[in-house]
Amino acid sequence: MTREPHLHRDGTWVGASVPRREDPRLLTGRGRFVDDIRLPGMLHAAFVRSTEAHARIASVDLSAVREVPGVVAAFSAADLGLHDIVALLDRPLHEFVPTAMPVLAKDKVRFVGEPIAIVVARDPYAAEDGREAAVVEYEPLPPITSDSAALAEGAALVHEEAPRNTLVDVSLFATEGIDEVFAAAHTVVEVRARTGRQNALPLETRGAVAEWDDRDEQLRVHTCTQVPHQVRTVLAASAGLDEKEVRVIVPDMGGGFGLKCVVGREEIATAAAALRLRKPVKWIEDRSEALTASFLAREQRYTVRAAFDADGRIQALDADVVCDMGAYSCYPFTAGIEPLMASAEMPGVYKVPAYRVRGRAVTTNKAPTAPYRGVSRPQYVMVMERVMEKAARALGIDPVELRRRNVITEFPYRGVNDVTYDPGSYKESLDLCEQVLRDEGWFDRRGSDPAIGIGFACFSERTGYGSGAFAQRKMAVVPGFDVSEIRMDLDGTVSVTTGTLSHGQSHETTMAQIVADRLGIPYDKVKIVQGDTDRVLYGWGSFASRSITIGGSAAAASAEKLGERLRVIAAHLMDVDVESTELDGAGGVRAGDRRLSFTEIAEVAYLRSHLLPKDVEPGLSATASFDVGGDGTFSNATHAAVVRLDPGTGGVEILRYVCVEDCGVAINPKVVEGQARGGIAQGIAGALFEEVRYDDAGQPLAASFMEYKVPTAAEIPDVRIEHLETPCAFTANGAKGAGEGGTIGAPAAVLNAVNDALRHTGVELDDTPIPREAIFRALERAAEPALEAR
Amino acid sequence: MIQLIELTVNGERHDLVVEPRRTLVDVLRHDLGLTGTHVGCEHGVCGACTVLVDGAPVRACLVFAVQCEKTDIRTVESLADADGTLSDLQQSFADHHGLQCGFCTPGMLMLAEGFLAEEPDATKEEIRDVVAANLCRCTGYQTIVEAVDACARRRRAARQEVLGRSAS
Ligand code: FES
Ligand code: FES
Repeated sequence: MTREPHLHRDGTWVGASVPRREDPRLLTGRGRFVDDIRLPGMLHAAFVRSTEAHARIASVDLSAVREVPGVVAAFSAADLGLHDIVALLDRPLHEFVPTAMPVLAKDKVRFVGEPIAIVVARDPYAAEDGREAAVVEYEPLPPITSDSAALAEGAALVHEEAPRNTLVDVSLFATEGIDEVFAAAHTVVEVRARTGRQNALPLETRGAVAEWDDRDEQLRVHTCTQVPHQVRTVLAASAGLDEKEVRVIVPDMGGGFGLKCVVGREEIATAAAALRLRKPVKWIEDRSEALTASFLAREQRYTVRAAFDADGRIQALDADVVCDMGAYSCYPFTAGIEPLMASAEMPGVYKVPAYRVRGRAVTTNKAPTAPYRGVSRPQYVMVMERVMEKAARALGIDPVELRRRNVITEFPYRGVNDVTYDPGSYKESLDLCEQVLRDEGWFDRRGSDPAIGIGFACFSERTGYGSGAFAQRKMAVVPGFDVSEIRMDLDGTVSVTTGTLSHGQSHETTMAQIVADRLGIPYDKVKIVQGDTDRVLYGWGSFASRSITIGGSAAAASAEKLGERLRVIAAHLMDVDVESTELDGAGGVRAGDRRLSFTEIAEVAYLRSHLLPKDVEPGLSATASFDVGGDGTFSNATHAAVVRLDPGTGGVEILRYVCVEDCGVAINPKVVEGQARGGIAQGIAGALFEEVRYDDAGQPLAASFMEYKVPTAAEIPDVRIEHLETPCAFTANGAKGAGEGGTIGAPAAVLNAVNDALRHTGVELDDTPIPREAIFRALERAAEPALEAR
Repeated sequence: MIQLIELTVNGERHDLVVEPRRTLVDVLRHDLGLTGTHVGCEHGVCGACTVLVDGAPVRACLVFAVQCEKTDIRTVESLADADGTLSDLQQSFADHHGLQCGFCTPGMLMLAEGFLAEEPDATKEEIRDVVAANLCRCTGYQTIVEAVDACARRRRAARQEVLGRSAS
């Protein structure tokens, strides 16, 4: 470490914003990302990709490719003979239709950019030259480019086995008497909203470097994935290898945000080519592939009604959600990922007594969908927050007050969606967020400037999804637990494995803080081992804000077990009862005024094992796992955006952004704030800027950063963050997840603020990205009568 | 077609045989092994590939290596001391949590390094405008702007002190 780390005021590592262990290498250009890996004799791959959105493949001719100088080999699906990737749900056929994703397209292509063949050459330039020489003949089929076209009577089928292009169709909850509640309601509001297709857009694109190693008898694959063990399973099955013959290693990763938490076809094909050629092969996705042919997310359509009583209390919620999942079901989550999340969680922070939802996943001829930070929650929270705003307007109640009347205040709360919410600070966060804006004078400024609008978003986010919660979703492959192995070496330093995988979230630091506290050693004496299927027992990777809640708890448990072992050995050596010993917080075990340092204990465990108690094995290691038994834990937050609209352009300027967040105990507050700010930036991107559009022929319209507008420091405002702390009762340290919340709240807060700023125009906008032109026209029309009056 | 060129990178001279179409970033990363400079788009928008050419920030994916003969090229690998001690700018990024995944970081550092050398008195707003030239997907930019601003302030304070001392 270059600087003395500082402890938290309680004398613990947890709670302190200690410097990140990751920083020195990343700041000096000495990190190792997948494209930094260079193996002797390494070849380079490029993919021949479909130019058609929907077509039968009549023929694939790679003979000219193989003639291109520098090209070593070219393989089509028939050449490699790999098994398809199939993701399953444990649901009946009328709820879920299983479909296969071939590694390389076989008889049919289903989106522009779909990989058809892999070209391997001596350098990347030659590989690209080679792919240009491929000749693919297509028999075009009608392209399906929207959810409504997919569902239309007689529509062409993207997958023949899925009638009406529907992969998932679930109707859930349907509280008895819900129709009567609507019939008798004082006020019913309706929201129809569409959210645009987005790219999660890690700045590092996908990639893989694969090689067969004869000495290890292993296919070694370095790839930037959030789920290395799942890649191993798919690769082994696809290539017909034993799992022990596959090793997946994850180097430093330039972001993932969910896009890298599914198994991609290209990394499998690259590995298969390396296996076939017995030479190292590298594939690095270029930006245009990343935008058009990786995984996308978030294209959803909501039709929602909500009933309210005269006091503004919500009485019932009726929702229909259609998610355009594109061409394939992703592994391991399936095409159910978005509709099932939205259906299960939509009531959110509000006391909704009656609920009915239909959630559907439709397949279209667009790049497929993977989970993206927040998964559906940015969308349904936005819809729920529009519901609250519309009800407030209809009833003439202040929107914050209306939320106050509806948020859950007593915990644990059993929701209409069969979920038990653990304690949170829903009302407190709302109150504090409003107070901050008031203190900063934003309500006064809004009063004097009609172009200024203020919008709120109040939400919670389930973060500790254990196996129980995933099983409730009826996944056939059920993620949830994490398992951690810890080892103390001779000098008293420890290595701890985690099945989670940091790709920017600082786990090398935060997990070390957790373990350091458990053992009473400095956090830089703790090494976190992750992202290697040979070194990590098993893992589900990092997604759904699960790393600190579940992975952190497993690491804490293994450290505690090791601590017990140290005490048992020390007690034996000091000839005292184990009960009379304790870890002394300074790298040793004490009993009364006697003490043994960890080094002294380790020396016995390894070098003089004949001195160990009879029932204690040599060495110092322990393994422990953690799962969340019940429904998980909920982080929560209230966000507020203050915007000003530009009548000249319809542009939206965010003047202020406030986030009051509660993720339980923050392991490292600076890291939590970083997650919130980064998440908010992505949420703003979805609200105002980013959309992957397709034309009617299914051609993607954004193939570079020229067409896909990623916001910069000029568009993303500074964010004021306030912390509340409602500790979780069943995770180590009381932590709740913090990875996704920022992204979830921002679209709702920004959309509500824009609508508030349109309050004089009579126009309401419910779609994202918010069309600038619609704002412009609304303001223009509102200004017209004033012109006429002159 | 290949060409023999001479490049000076981080003060070190290299003789290289390259195709004229080979970009500077490919030469730095793959021929010289300086993988600190990253590639995020290859079409000049993200700035992950930013290096200094004669002191000015340049997108290394947009220039060919053959164009950079007789220039002084500096990459992120040149910032820290030989013993690994971080430069004041790098330390400021660490102190302000100005990086998460670290993929954009080398480009951001070189952008800021070049800019602050030109404009040591830049205001925070001017710094924000410059940071807006590059993309970061993780941080939301605020802490990057704060890191660069804090470094600029510290450099100014140090300069003042030197001036003050020489005046007295
Ligand atoms: S890689 Fe050069 S600007 Fe993006
Ligand atoms: S830190 Fe990840 S892109 Fe900037």
